[in-house]
Amino acid sequence: MSTAEASVMAAPRERRRIQLGRFVLPVYTWLVILYTVIPIVLMIVYSFNQAPSGRLTFQWLGFTTQWYQQVFAIPDLTNSLVNSLIVAASSSVISAIIGTPLALALARYRYRGKNLTDGVIFTNIAAPSVVVGASLLSLFISLNVNRGLATIIIAHVTFNIAFVTIVVRARVVGLDRSIERAAYDLGASPWVAFQKVLLPLIMPGILAGMLLAFAMSIDDFIITSFVAGQTLTFPLWVYGAVKVGIPPQVFVMGTLIFLAGVVLALINVFLQRRSA
Amino acid sequence: MRVSYAVREEELQETSTPADVSLRNVVKMFGDTVAVDDITLEIPRGEFFSLLGPSGCGKTTTLGMIGGFETPTSGTILLGDTDVSRVPAYKRDVNTVFQSYALFPHLDIFGNIAFGLRRKRMAKDDIARRVAEALRLVDLPGYERRKVAELSGGQQQRIALARALVNEPRVLLLDEPLGALDLKLRKQMQTELKRIQQDVGITFLYVTHDQEEAMAMSDRLAVMNAGKVEQCGSPREVYEHPATRFVASFLGASNLIDGRVASGAGAALAEVVLSGGERVRVPGERIAQGQSEVSVGIRPEKLHLDPVEEPAREGHNAITGQVTFGTYLGVSNQYVVRGPGDTDLVVYVQNLGLRAPGIGDTVRLSWLPEHTFVV
Ligand SMILES: Nc1ncnc2c1ncn2[C@@H]1O[C@H](COP(=O)(O)OP(=O)(O)O)[C@@H](O)[C@H]1O
Ligand SMILES: [Mg+2]
Repeated sequence: MSTAEASVMAAPRERRRIQLGRFVLPVYTWLVILYTVIPIVLMIVYSFNQAPSGRLTFQWLGFTTQWYQQVFAIPDLTNSLVNSLIVAASSSVISAIIGTPLALALARYRYRGKNLTDGVIFTNIAAPSVVVGASLLSLFISLNVNRGLATIIIAHVTFNIAFVTIVVRARVVGLDRSIERAAYDLGASPWVAFQKVLLPLIMPGILAGMLLAFAMSIDDFIITSFVAGQTLTFPLWVYGAVKVGIPPQVFVMGTLIFLAGVVLALINVFLQRRSA
Repeated sequence: MRVSYAVREEELQETSTPADVSLRNVVKMFGDTVAVDDITLEIPRGEFFSLLGPSGCGKTTTLGMIGGFETPTSGTILLGDTDVSRVPAYKRDVNTVFQSYALFPHLDIFGNIAFGLRRKRMAKDDIARRVAEALRLVDLPGYERRKVAELSGGQQQRIALARALVNEPRVLLLDEPLGALDLKLRKQMQTELKRIQQDVGITFLYVTHDQEEAMAMSDRLAVMNAGKVEQCGSPREVYEHPATRFVASFLGASNLIDGRVASGAGAALAEVVLSGGERVRVPGERIAQGQSEVSVGIRPEKLHLDPVEEPAREGHNAITGQVTFGTYLGVSNQYVVRGPGDTDLVVYVQNLGLRAPGIGDTVRLSWLPEHTFVV
């Protein structure tokens, strides 16, 4: 076969591939993105909708920033949001404190029961929330623990540890082992080596793990509903309000939480970039 | 080169300092694998000592036990007179240059080099002065505020060296520190490392799998194989008189011919009958009492290759063989000659522009008895 023939044969396939790259894949990507952001866009748009009855309607009645000004006008709702923030913040910090040493142990040492720990972490993530929630509830009941903010935090810590551990472990595994050795070599005791070398280097991982934990915590509904007792978190309050109609403040708070999430995600990307 | 070697020997004799590092019957097992198998070594103060051996022979593990990252399964490690076998790394007066450099990416160059001094709670001014000095020593003055990621591999290598040397350790451990550099930079750094070692006078324990590198830099070296030290000595001793087959073949090409001791073990010159029936003379002290089956070795550059018609060389051992292969290398020609017992012998002939023997020619190979080694 001559080269001329070969190029003639190759031409159509070449063109098809270019079209796939230039046209089909980008359109596909945009459709997927659209599909995933439509609910969020709707939420943001309708947070600016007028609602004379104080309940959301999906009829466009005109633009207003009224709900942003009155975002904290419903005390119960505000309270539930505060509860959610307390739970998310404290459970992500506690999980980071517990999960980081666990991640170090899993990444750096071989010990009896390591596979078991690995398995437990995986199970923790894979287990259905209903099961976890129900079993935690029965545990609290059998221990005679009053349910409230504390039990919610305990429950959230149990599932957040797994997320923090996995994210931090990935970071530790990616670190050259001889960097720690270099710290010891230069006279740093294990504690100093941890503080001055290991911790700063895995900090982006810890922060990323905490952000993930925060996000998992702030919108958890299922497990929380089992262990909350009389306490209401934001998702629980919204769920309860659905039957009587959702006040527009919910969409405002949703929008604000979403924006905070976007900002945190960007900070996270920045941190990971800088340390890479 | 020769002169400086002689001077060093004198110094050693004069001061007769105790060994800076001693390993006594050190063994390290990982589960069932024996990584280091009964090593005993003494390294005097100020020596440039190399551990040379193929990958996986236990060099890094040996270094790790001296640095304090691994605990010996049995045996003793001494720094000076102190048994440090169970002393943690951060309490040992030893510093390491890691193959991957292991610089701290979150600290600048100053922070990296000052790390060890800060652990010793040295005064700020002294730290700044010593860091500047260390940077001058490695030829990177004024680099204090640079970031690790901004530096090239060669520069990072120098910073790793400065970071270790600034602590003025008793011993500096270097684990294949030039392995990641390209050939030209590696050659340059070899000279530089040697200069720095002579400047600071610290004992260097250098690990490499590159025999040329070890020969070029070391005062003495230990050739390791499968966790054991096969031979320890100056580069010249180890090259000219390899003690084992492994050492003979690891340090450059070598020709080994099987034979049987005929007479004179212990005498000035002993006689060995080669497998082809030829008799050759070898220095008697290289044959142990009672040894009978031996291999006689000659380095390829020690062999003369002559046409059989020419008269035999005075005082030389001689064997004949057929040229089976020839390669033109520019500086030299390399031939393969089939010798006694069908052993293939490699010969380097300096390219003097003389008539080259052809394939199939019968030639005489001759060499001086003192150039013969026995394993
Ligand atoms: N932490 C370890 N666990 C198990 N085996 C190891 C460990 N470190 C080294 N080894 C084994 O010990 C032997 C020597 O390794 P090493 O000292 O790294 O050799 P070298 O540095 O000469 O290449 C190898 O067989 C290696 O697989
Ligand atoms: Mg090694």
